[in-house]
This record gives sequence, structure tokens and C-alpha cells, in this order.
Amino acid sequence: MAEHPSTLAHQFDDVEQQHEASNLGMWVFLITEIMFFGGVFTLFTVYVSAYPEAFAQGSGHLDLALGTVNTAVLLGSSFTMAMAVRSAQTGRRNGQVVYLLLTMFLGLVFLGIKAVEYLHKFEQHLVPGPNFSFASPLAKNVQLFFSFYFAMTGLHALHMIVGVGILAVLLVQAWRGRYTADYCTPVEVSGLYWHFVDIVWIFLFPFLYLVARHAT
Amino acid sequence: MWDRFRLFPEQASTLAGKVDSLFLLLVLISAFFAGLIFLLVAVFAIKYRRRSDTERPRPIHGSTGLEIFWTVIPLGITLTVFGWGATLYFTMSRPPATSMEVFVVGKQWMWKFQHPTGQREINELHVPLNRPVKLTMTSEDVIHSFFVPAFRMKFDVVPGRYTTTWFQATKTGDFHLFCSQYCGTSHALMGGRVVVMEQGDYERWLSGAVSEESLAAAGEKLFGRLGCSSCHQRVGTGRGPSLVGLFGNRVKLTTGETVGADETYIRESILNPQAKIVAGYPPIMPTFKGLISEEGLIQIIAYIKSLRIEEKAKAEP
Amino acid sequence: MSTSVGEWRQHYLNAGYSVRSWLLTTDHKRIAILYLASITLFFLLGGVLAGLLRLELLTPHGDLVQAETYNKLFTLHGITMIFFFLIPSIPAVLGNFLVPMMIGARDLAFPRLNLASWYVYVLGGSFTIVAAVTGGVDTGWTFYTPYSSTYANTNVILTALGVFITGFSSILTGLNFIVTIHKMRAPGLTWSRLPLFIWAHYATSLIMVLGTPVLAVTILLVALERGLGIGIFDPVLGGDPVLFQHLFWFYSHPAVYIMILPSMGVVSELIACFSRKRIFGYNVVAFSSLMIAALGFLVWGHHMFVSSQSMYAGMIFSLLSFLVAIPSAIKVFNWTATLYKGSIAYQTPMLYAFGFIGLFTIGGLTGLFLATLAVDVHVHDTYFVVAHFHYIMVGGAIMGYLGGLHFWWPKMTGRMYPEGWARVAAAILFVGFNLTFFPQFILGFLGMPRRYHVYPPEWQILNVLSSAGASILGVGYLLPVIYLLWSLRYGAIAGPNPWGATGLEWQTPSPPPTDNFEKTPVVTEEAYAYSLPEASRG
Repeated sequence: MAEHPSTLAHQFDDVEQQHEASNLGMWVFLITEIMFFGGVFTLFTVYVSAYPEAFAQGSGHLDLALGTVNTAVLLGSSFTMAMAVRSAQTGRRNGQVVYLLLTMFLGLVFLGIKAVEYLHKFEQHLVPGPNFSFASPLAKNVQLFFSFYFAMTGLHALHMIVGVGILAVLLVQAWRGRYTADYCTPVEVSGLYWHFVDIVWIFLFPFLYLVARHAT
Repeated sequence: MWDRFRLFPEQASTLAGKVDSLFLLLVLISAFFAGLIFLLVAVFAIKYRRRSDTERPRPIHGSTGLEIFWTVIPLGITLTVFGWGATLYFTMSRPPATSMEVFVVGKQWMWKFQHPTGQREINELHVPLNRPVKLTMTSEDVIHSFFVPAFRMKFDVVPGRYTTTWFQATKTGDFHLFCSQYCGTSHALMGGRVVVMEQGDYERWLSGAVSEESLAAAGEKLFGRLGCSSCHQRVGTGRGPSLVGLFGNRVKLTTGETVGADETYIRESILNPQAKIVAGYPPIMPTFKGLISEEGLIQIIAYIKSLRIEEKAKAEP
Repeated sequence: MSTSVGEWRQHYLNAGYSVRSWLLTTDHKRIAILYLASITLFFLLGGVLAGLLRLELLTPHGDLVQAETYNKLFTLHGITMIFFFLIPSIPAVLGNFLVPMMIGARDLAFPRLNLASWYVYVLGGSFTIVAAVTGGVDTGWTFYTPYSSTYANTNVILTALGVFITGFSSILTGLNFIVTIHKMRAPGLTWSRLPLFIWAHYATSLIMVLGTPVLAVTILLVALERGLGIGIFDPVLGGDPVLFQHLFWFYSHPAVYIMILPSMGVVSELIACFSRKRIFGYNVVAFSSLMIAALGFLVWGHHMFVSSQSMYAGMIFSLLSFLVAIPSAIKVFNWTATLYKGSIAYQTPMLYAFGFIGLFTIGGLTGLFLATLAVDVHVHDTYFVVAHFHYIMVGGAIMGYLGGLHFWWPKMTGRMYPEGWARVAAAILFVGFNLTFFPQFILGFLGMPRRYHVYPPEWQILNVLSSAGASILGVGYLLPVIYLLWSLRYGAIAGPNPWGATGLEWQTPSPPPTDNFEKTPVVTEEAYAYSLPEASRG
């Protein structure tokens, strides 16, 4: 690899060290995110075993169709992100711009669909708090389900928004031709982050939308 | 003089002396190891003090043998202490079957006691000497903890569930009762005392103390007043399952699983009836949350428990 | 600061004097100084709070402050000392300064992230200060539900957010250290040649990175429950208050190892230098740090032996708690063995190391009492626990911190502290500390619960002894603040290696230049190679 002093931070001895450090840094960060989401998932698991019927009722009121579409959207966005990383690694500027744009677009579609879902929940009085109402003797525990729903998907959406922001920054830099075969670490590392946020959704979807629904 | 300056509280329960023995062992182990380390450090620090700026000690990398030695010995000691502590803890967690039951309700910032024979107390608990007493406890609000140092006994009191612990007092007298789980502003004032009396004195106290009817009798009245008897009949089955012989037995639910019918199950079935539906019954029982207090729950539970005894009595002519 | 009158050398302290050059620095050494200033402020705050607590406890009655005020005082004391002093202390000050230098690097892997971590810390601290002055919080630093989530009437959400934010400071520091230690060691510096200070910080960083996120999500949920009434921990709404305890202690127990491991790393450096010998059993000591970190994640339930978790769960946690004590004991034995046939000097850092060994040993042994199920039933939530953790945190961690601060002071500032005053302060601290906290073991066994502002009158003597000790302790802590500041202007000029210690940080001038090393060093020796003539005073 040729030396590119402008992209080499002063604390690193060479580009390879910088590249490895950035990658390791992102992986360590993602591990902290696993612990963070893991905490909420653990809590959810405890409560879904304690109140299976109530959680099934709550889950049954989620929009399965929109959730499925969103899953496909995110999976697609991970594909386009991987293509963006590939384009950066091979120094193809046009590819980078197109795929980053596509990924951002899909990310925004996801967030838009999420917003629609949230709006539906609000209209159906399923947002926990003073306006919550659910016709069932298990309403109290169903509210608990929706608390988890909003907390978990909300945290996830926050991470998505940050991700879209990062993509915007990458897009500007890619447009300027900053990323080449010799220096594409930011794209790679952001790719890792994006894939992670996707994987969190892959867990969220079955946990929340596919709670066993059987008629009592 | 020793009354004014104690190093340990009175030993007033069957387990207090045992806990103290274990504690003493730990003190001796600690004194030994701490003393050993202090001595070695002091001796080495003085004997090997630097005498010249240029002296260079021979590097000693280590000794596998020593490492094994001072790993295995502490391991052995700690496992021994663990075993002793766990065994004693097992005993602490298993109230004897012959225990006299007292119900405890903690709330900010007082203790309420109910004897099975109906006496109620606030912040003071009278118990007889030399009889095991089992405490079934719950909280009306936040987590508290029931702590009697003289008995070496402590257990948390949690809202939404029953916790149990027990003791057998071996000395008469008054003993401090403290709340030992921070519970808000007057946590430090949520104290009281346990009064241990000779059996005869205790019985005299029982008859003299303000007593309403027994817990079970009060529970029977409440059972009728809240309309429970309209669905839960004594003879035959109504819209709800019969409760005779329920307490202590296993119950099959609509989900297929089987649960034990203990205090927690009964309390939950009254406050959150949809949580566990008995197999073969529709989910139509209304919730009584807000309509019954913790004391009321204890009375109903005592009544349902008494239905078991009656059935046994009926079975033996 | 200059090396001698008339000769000016640029180093990290005089490379820019503007406020901007400090507040926007990415130099790990300047960031360490920023942290030093802020944690010292929080320490003084926490200390004043402790003073007020001990003042109230001079008498059995509540006569100095009202109950609610007392509750706010001990809550803030705990939060300040744990989150804003102890957890950052050694890693953020000594770690930030020394980790790159000890491995021969110019800076940490992510210098801007390092600066960000300080700003995050300050932001979190500000939230907490605002919460304190606008009414305070009275949940205890442990935030147990449902008191904190439903019943308390104080600034719980603000404080919870402050702690939440500050957690990220910890995570970023840990992340930085892990990547730096993995990827930026100088040529020849293999893992088995690393100073034990680095091993300790590596193990600490693993805990920071794995444990803190769980606290973050837990405290966030408490804030959400309080704000929106969602019912995760409220039994009235179907939640489980004991579940909070599991999640809280899953982080907060490993957190105590975050607080002690770096101190152990410092002690290894001090003992090696002031015995002029390699640490006995280097491999075992390094491995013990990792074992403590790993096992530390498995013992959280020992805070809950009487909380209504199952008896069998209690037994498992008890057994594991005994096991986690073993690596710590092994370290103490190895440090002691290092002294054997060493060449022992008694400068202040070594006095602190001796103090650490003594007080940490007592603190650790009393941990065994708490791990023992049947005994813990009696002493849980009493002053026995308070004494235990203060022996470890103050007698252990803070002594290590002060020892390290004195040891590396000449490197960081180019000045020597006054040795005479420093020894006096160390002695005062040792005496004051034991007087404050040893009576508390007895009080706890007698049955005095913690978080009480009133107590039965027969316990007054012990409380008075403890409060007397606290005033001596206060004097002992003020002295270093004064003479260390004094030394910045009037202390003797220090050379690159006043102690004759091994370690790459001592191969640089004092204070070091911004980039630490003119030329990246090449390492050919194991750590603590004291028998070589290179390790000489300079």
C-alpha cells in the first residue's frame, strides 16, 4: 500500500496500523452495542415468559405486513451498503455514490414506515401512558408489551437515524473522491455499523412481531 | 461495662450462636492471613531495605510451586467456609413445619403484624419463647427489609409477592427490629421491637391483646362480602373451581402446565385472575385489585388454608 | 516549566498556553490533566458530603440535618464518588497519560474520541450537579425500584440521565485503551513484556466496555418508567422490582473491579520500582487481572442473598464470589514475595503501596464474610458492608491512586513533590482511615443498618470514633492538594527518571514532549529488567 500522509493520522506508524485500529475500534464499539441491546432483550425475554398471553395479544396488534416490508428494506439496504464498501475498496467513485444514496434511501424508507406504524399505534391508543387503552382483562400486561415495543424499536430507530447521518457524511466525501483502494476505512467501518443495526432488527422483528399467537 | 460496649449483639435465637461461630472462624482466618502478610511485608521491608544506590537484587521470576501452594490453600479454606455457610443458609431458608405463622406487612414507614388468632400489632411483635415462628411478608409500596440483629436474621419485604423467613427465639426480652432496605425519607425511623415472652406470658398477652376474630374467620367473612362464594362454592362446583383442599396442592392450568397453590398463587389469582386459569374453566373471574388490602388478602388466604384442614378433618371420622 | 534556568525546551505543557489549546487538545497527556482537575473537584465535593454525614452521625439523634436531607447527602456522596471520582480516576488520569507512553506510542488510537470522552464526562457531571442543587436525589446510588421509579419525589430522572451520559465516557476510554494496547505497541513489545499497569488497564477496559452498556440501558429504563409509567419494574403494573436489582448489579459488581484493577496495576509498578526487582510471578499476576475481570461478571447475585432470589441461585453466587477472591489473594502473595531479597526504598509512592497491601488485604478478607451466605444474612445492608467497600475503595483504590500520582508526578509536571510533607500526609491518611472505618465493622456486626441518620444510643462511642477518624482523613486528603499545587511552582526540578525505574515512560524528558518519543523505541527486554545497568537514576 502506498503511503498517503494526508489520510494517515499522526499517532499511527503506517496506513495498515490505522486501518486495523479503526476496524478493531468499530468491532469493540459494536460489542458494547450488543451488551446494550442485550440488556433490553433479556428483560423482554423474562417478561414474555411471565405473560405469554398478554404479549401475544399485543404482538397480534402490530402490523405484520409493514414489519415484513421493513425487514426486506433493511436487508436490501445491507446489500447496497456492502456494494458501497466494495465500490470504495475498488476505488469506483460512481459506484460509491450510487450505492450510498440507495442505502440512505432505503434507510429513510425504513424510518418512514416506522413512523407510519407509530402513527397507527397512536391512533389505536396503544402508546403506553395516560392515553393507553386496550380491551382485554390483560390490558396492564399488554401495555408492558407496548412499552418494550416502543423502547426497543425507538432505540433501534435512533441508531438508524445516526446511521443515515453517517451515510450523508460519507456521501459528501465520496462525491469528492476521498475514498480509494488505499483509503476507504471510514466506509468499511460505517458498513460494519450499518450491518449491525440491520442485525438488531433481524432479532427485533421475530421477538416483537412473531410472538406465538394461538387462540386460547 | 460489657452492656455498654458490646462487640456483638445478644444471641437470642437458635441460629445466632451458629452464625457467630462461623463469623468467629472468618475472623480467625482473616486475622491469620492479615497478620501473616503484615509480618512478612514488615520483615522484608526492613531486612531488605536499600543500603546503597547501586545495589541490584537478583531477579527472581517466580515459583510455580509457590503459586500452586498459595492458590490451593486459599481455595481449600474458602470452599470449606462456603460449605459451612451454605449449609447454615439452607437451614435459614427452610422454616420448620411446626412453625407458628405470623403475617407481616411493611409499608412506608411502619410494620404491621397479624397473628393467626387475629391479634394485630404495629411496630411490635410479640412471640413466644422456644417456638419456631415463620414470617410471611409483603410490602404495600417499596422494598423494605425485616432485620432483627439479635436473631441474626434478615429478609427483604417485596411488593407484589410474599417472602418468607423464620426464627426461633431462645431468650426473653426486647430486641431491636430495623428496616434494612432503604425505603425513603423515614427509613431510619421504621424500627420497632420483637418481644419474646415465656409461653405462659405470651398466652396471657394473646388473650389480653386487642383481638378481633382469627384471621381465617375474618377471611371467611370477607370471602362472603366480596362475593367470592357466588362462584367458588363449598360443595360441588360453580362457575369457579372449588377451593376446598386447594392450598398446598398442584393445580392444572388451561395452558397445560401445573403449578403449586401457595400464598403467592392465591394472591395473584385474586389480583390478576387472568394470569393463570384453571383447566376447564372460562376466564371470567374479575380482578379485585383496589377492592382488597394486603391485610384482606392475608385473611382470605388464611381462610382458604383452613379449608384444607377441614377437609382432612372430614376425611377422618 | 524548564529543565534549568535559561534553557527552554518545548514539552506538552508549554506547547500552547491558550484556553483553546487546552479545551480542544487531542494530546492524551493534556486530556489526562483535564481529567485530573475535574475528578479532583468531584472528589472534594464527595468528601464534603462525607464530612456532613459523619458530622450528623456524631449523635444518635437526627439533629444536624433532616432525614430527607441526610438521604440526599448519602445518595450524592455515593454517586459522586463512584461515577465521577473512582471509576475515572486512575484510568482517565494515569491511564490516559501513561498507556501510550508505556507502549512506546505517540498517542492513543483515537485522540479525538479521548477528548470527547472528557466532554461527555463533564456533561454527565453537570447534569448531576444541576440535579443536586435543584433539590437533590434521595434514592441511594443504587436506585432500587420501585422507590426510584415510582415513589421518590426527587430529581431521579435528571440524575439517572447524568449517570447514563457519563457511562459513555467510560465506554469510550475503555474502547480506546483496548485498541491502543492491541495495535500500537512498539516493535519488540510483546504481550509478555508489557508492564503490569498495562495488563491491569486492559482487563479494566474489557469490563468497562462489556458492563457499562447494561447499566446504561437499565438506568434509561428507570428514567422511562418514571417519566412514562410504563411498568417494567413496578409490581402494580405487572413489573418485577427485583429484576432491576439483577440488571443493576450485573454492571455494578464488575464496576467495583473497574475501580480496583487499575490500582493493582499501579501497585505492581511501585513495588517493582521500589524493590528494584521484577514482580514475582509476573505471568500469574497478569493472568489474575484477566481472571478477576471474567469472574467479576458472574457474582452479581451476592448483593441479593436476601432479596428473594432462589436459595440455589444464592449458593451458586456465593461459591463464585469465593472463587473471585482467589486471584486477588494471589496478587497480594506475589507482591509480598517480590519484596523478598529486594532493595527496598521508602519513598512516598512505596508507602502508599504498603498501605494498599495492608488495607486491601483487610478489605478483601472481609469480602469473604459477605460471600458467606449465613453471615451475609446478618451483615447485609449494615455498616459491615460500608466498612468493607471503603477498605477496598479508599484503603485500596485511592491509596493506589495517590501512590501513582506521586510516582508519576515528576514525569507529568517536571517537578518533585516535597517528600517530607508527602510522607506525613500518607501517615495521617493511614491512621485517619483506619480510625474512620474499622469501628464500622463492629457497628455492622452489632446490627447498625446503613443509610441511617439515627441509631440506638449504645452505639454512639463507635460512631464518634469513626467521625473523629473522618476529620483526620479530611486533613490527610487536603495536604496533597496543597503541596502538589505548591510543587508546580516551587518543587525541585525533576529529571527524566528520578526513581531509576524501568519502563518506556522514563526514557523521555520530564515533562515529555507532545509526541512522547523522538524516535519510536524498540523493546528488547522483559518488563522490570532491573538488574541491568540501564535502569539507573537520571
